[in-house]
Amino acid sequence: MRRHISSVVAFVVFAVLAWGVTAEWTEPGGLVSEARASLDRAGARNPVTAVLLSYRGYDTLLEVGVLLLAIASVWSLRRVPSTEPHGAERPLLGALLELILPLVVVAGGYLLWIGSDLPGGAFQGGALIAGGLVLARLRGAYEPRDGVWLRLGLVAGLLVFVGVAAGTLAAGGRLLEYPEGRASSLILLIEGAAVVSIALTLGAMYLGGRPDRGSDEP
Amino acid sequence: MSPDPYLLAGAALFAIGLRGLLAHRNLLRCLLAINVMGSGVFLVFIAIGARGPLPDPVPQAMVLTGIVVSVCATGLGLALAERLQELTGRAELGEDDP
Repeated sequence: MRRHISSVVAFVVFAVLAWGVTAEWTEPGGLVSEARASLDRAGARNPVTAVLLSYRGYDTLLEVGVLLLAIASVWSLRRVPSTEPHGAERPLLGALLELILPLVVVAGGYLLWIGSDLPGGAFQGGALIAGGLVLARLRGAYEPRDGVWLRLGLVAGLLVFVGVAAGTLAAGGRLLEYPEGRASSLILLIEGAAVVSIALTLGAMYLGGRPDRGSDEP
Repeated sequence: MSPDPYLLAGAALFAIGLRGLLAHRNLLRCLLAINVMGSGVFLVFIAIGARGPLPDPVPQAMVLTGIVVSVCATGLGLALAERLQELTGRAELGEDDP
């Protein structure tokens, strides 16, 4: 019964949505021309990166905050006790990782660097490196420990972003209004810290809970 | 290239995900259904941005943000489902099946 009702509801929703999206759009193009016109002042040649970190930098700041909020929520839900490394059961994965992990790190760094000109950026590179961390965790080669370094890495992206935002306010401009000529360097600084946070956050979220403290913590 | 097929596909994905969300009790399937709905929304956004002669970067940036947020939400949802499994032994919604 429940399945039939849900199918009917879904079909009605689809009909309404289909009627909505096939309506006559009056002004195709949106903000394309404005976005592309100010790319040199925005500090990036890739329009999507310019939107993400220049025009709508505030949204990206909140997005990095959401990442921290998510991992804090996951950590507050469960504890995941550390297990003995079980990599010996997966020799093929180990052989694959020896080949792939260096490539993953290089590709992630490349995505971060190329994001200013071509599709790429901090989130793409961070997600790729997080995938490498997940593979390493499956092999038992990466065991995150709740300690100073992991927590510092998790908050680094948000800290640097908020720091740059505070700096732009302190320098007399509006929030996240980059000074003349400094936009691309500030974007790279923000993205560099963000890629560390994104990779560590997504890698830690795969654990599903708070890991044990490291052996050097009391 | 007319974006109409992609707009309709996005709407269809949203509806399919909605049907899955309403029909299933297993939390993992509900999370997957929510992800499918999200994919439908992203597809509609991208298709809207592809209407003019040049692709619109603003919806693309919004979709990138949306993907990251939905990954975080899925991760948190999975942790919640695991916690529910630890507490009650099952990761399902409710006990009635009308």
